[in-house]
Amino acid sequence: MTTNGILQIIAYFGLLAAVTKPLGAYMARVFMGERTFLHPVLRPLERLCYKLAGVREDSEQRWTQYAASLLSFSFFSFLFVYGIQRLQGWLPLNPMGFGTAHGPSNATAITPDLAFNTAASFVTNTNWQSYAGEMTVSYFVQMAALTVQNFVSAAAGVAVAVALIRGFARQEANSVGNFWVDLVRAVTYVFLPLSLAGALLLCSQGVIQNWSSYTQAVTLEGAAQVIAQGPVASQEAIKLIGTNGGGFFNANSAHPFENPTPFTNLLQMLMIFLVPASLTYTFGRMVGEQRQGWAIFSAMSLLFLLGALIVYGAEQAGNPHLARLGVESSATTLQPGGNMEGKEVRFGIAATSLFAAVTTGASCGAVNAMHDSFTALGGLVPLFNMQTGEVIFGGTGAGLYGMLLFAILAVFLAGLMVGRTPEYLGKKIEGKEVKMAMLAMLATSATILLFTGASAVIEFTKDAYWNGSFGSAINNLNNGGPHGFSEILYAYTSATGNNGSAFAGLSANTPWYNLTIGLAMMFGRFLIIIPILAVAGSLAAKQKLAATSGTLPTHGVLFVMLLAGTVVIVGALTFFPALSLGPIAEHLLILQGRLF
Amino acid sequence: MWKQMIPGLRMMILLTVLTGLVYPSLVTAICQAVFPKQANGSLLMRNGKVAGSALLGQTFQSARYFHSRPSAAGAGGYDASSSSGSNLGPASRKLAERVQADKQAAGLTNAVPSDMLTASGSGLDPHVSPANARLQIARVSSARGVSESGMRRLVDQFTQGREFGLLGEPRVNVLLLNLALDEQYPNQ
Repeated sequence: MTTNGILQIIAYFGLLAAVTKPLGAYMARVFMGERTFLHPVLRPLERLCYKLAGVREDSEQRWTQYAASLLSFSFFSFLFVYGIQRLQGWLPLNPMGFGTAHGPSNATAITPDLAFNTAASFVTNTNWQSYAGEMTVSYFVQMAALTVQNFVSAAAGVAVAVALIRGFARQEANSVGNFWVDLVRAVTYVFLPLSLAGALLLCSQGVIQNWSSYTQAVTLEGAAQVIAQGPVASQEAIKLIGTNGGGFFNANSAHPFENPTPFTNLLQMLMIFLVPASLTYTFGRMVGEQRQGWAIFSAMSLLFLLGALIVYGAEQAGNPHLARLGVESSATTLQPGGNMEGKEVRFGIAATSLFAAVTTGASCGAVNAMHDSFTALGGLVPLFNMQTGEVIFGGTGAGLYGMLLFAILAVFLAGLMVGRTPEYLGKKIEGKEVKMAMLAMLATSATILLFTGASAVIEFTKDAYWNGSFGSAINNLNNGGPHGFSEILYAYTSATGNNGSAFAGLSANTPWYNLTIGLAMMFGRFLIIIPILAVAGSLAAKQKLAATSGTLPTHGVLFVMLLAGTVVIVGALTFFPALSLGPIAEHLLILQGRLF
Repeated sequence: MWKQMIPGLRMMILLTVLTGLVYPSLVTAICQAVFPKQANGSLLMRNGKVAGSALLGQTFQSARYFHSRPSAAGAGGYDASSSSGSNLGPASRKLAERVQADKQAAGLTNAVPSDMLTASGSGLDPHVSPANARLQIARVSSARGVSESGMRRLVDQFTQGREFGLLGEPRVNVLLLNLALDEQYPNQ
């Protein structure tokens, strides 16, 4: 690790901490229906949305209606994204002719299973991609299907978080807010203005934004180079701010047209954590006790910084196999050292390691390097970050509601230790809340482990429908030995955590993987959201109790450690066996000099 | 549930128009007006033709040019319509063999900078490290018949430091360097 590298990490975290309060306070005003400085411009747009959708702004919903609204919205979104993809050949803004007879010969066809996977992926805020953007989808699909879901799936996550916050803030109430109002406010007041500013800033630095067909260039040595184009900046901004992560191009934020400079790289990392971090402040403001928000922020920060430093240390140490071949592993002033396979020179080791910790801590999944080529321990951290359930800042809304589930578990564990009924923010945590929290955690853990296990052993006839010419599901791997297993584990972890990044060597565009990964994404989204809303409804109905001398304070260092410890222990207990078979075994075998 | 279906459909259509058509069109219009060069890919022209993008790497094989990093984009590398990394893991035999073969082919015997034999994440990395570029000075100077000191000055001129002195890594844009090379030492 170099001084400069550590400084880059400190500078990033300092900026993040600085934006948390202003944006968090702004979002609190938005979701409490108060006036903000953007109201003169956006209030008419907001009202127009309610009018056209036939929604009453002042009506409140019980948690069941709130959940039904979200599910109905997601259902239509899913159908729409599926349909648009399948019909792209007949739709406009398709200069390369994808889905038509005159498309590029090496284009990927959008089969029903691929369209299912992509629809599930973008509707659930995952953005796992079984396809390579520049060789599969038209500009119209990128805009009208994928960019839209980037906005609304992020907004739906925020809405659920806000409903849960109301559960803590209200007492003896039978409603948790109105999904349509929260959704529209999140889109119009939060994501649209931020994305517009972000897109213009990114474009000024070199991110492209056009509807042209691909450019034919002749290189200095006289070879042909086809340069992919498209409306990238508009999608790039919301891809990050909405913690979606689906790249316009296959290489995602490693592609110079998505992320051209070290400065845009810093911006992108800030955009990823911007809303999730600020929501901790919003939470504190809405429950009327700011330090509760900072406690959550601190627990998330602790886990994040630890992870970032471990990735950085492992990647800077480099790959012993390549060091033996004479590849320099220590950094000098003239070269980055470390493990540069899959990394870009402009970012180097520190900014890449930090990005990996950010994108997997948040359920973003954008990558500025290929995680598949990380060292064993450098790849372990992204996996572990996702396996915590994406609560290290996490997705927009999803990170906060996931962490609040852990807070419920943490006070429950503390309550067991001292023999008192646990409370959190003055609300008694009883059987129903703990059951719902456990249901969410078990459902997602089971999804990851069962699908990973199945893919590791399932065999198909070669050239049969399910896995095409690969035959057995392990033939889709790009690497042998424990790393191959990690590729499968990473895929289902990423899908269930609604992250979307990949150990991208896995050839996932077959019906088996598309369908199982698609299902994992839906389980990982809705089997958490529904229990969360149930908890919100149950909490809202309860009275707020005054704190007594026997109440566990949930704003101090002790609680921060307890919360972070709960996250690590639950994650470690659940996934340690699987991680042992993957990155841990790989690390030990590399130390012995083994190749696969 | 059924009561929520109609607003669900209407809201989905409404937000699609707003965020999927109005927003990207607005961004496109502003970017094309204010940042036309960046918005269209920072393209470089030579003799009236597009010679590439200042942001994207190219394959260079001739001894007369500085070489880019290995690339896994497309079949031949640096395919700017098929961005990709190798996705080879740290214990990959294929990776170790590739690095060894490339090292031998380039006639390198000593320690090499970490970016020189490794493929980038995008397969389109336009940069190499300054150490990498300097290692190539002797070859390019002799192929062009120019002094190594002159070549060194050119490389230094095209070496970018960290952004704001802090972010990222020092680097050399290979395509821009080679374009300058062709301009300064055309027919040697």
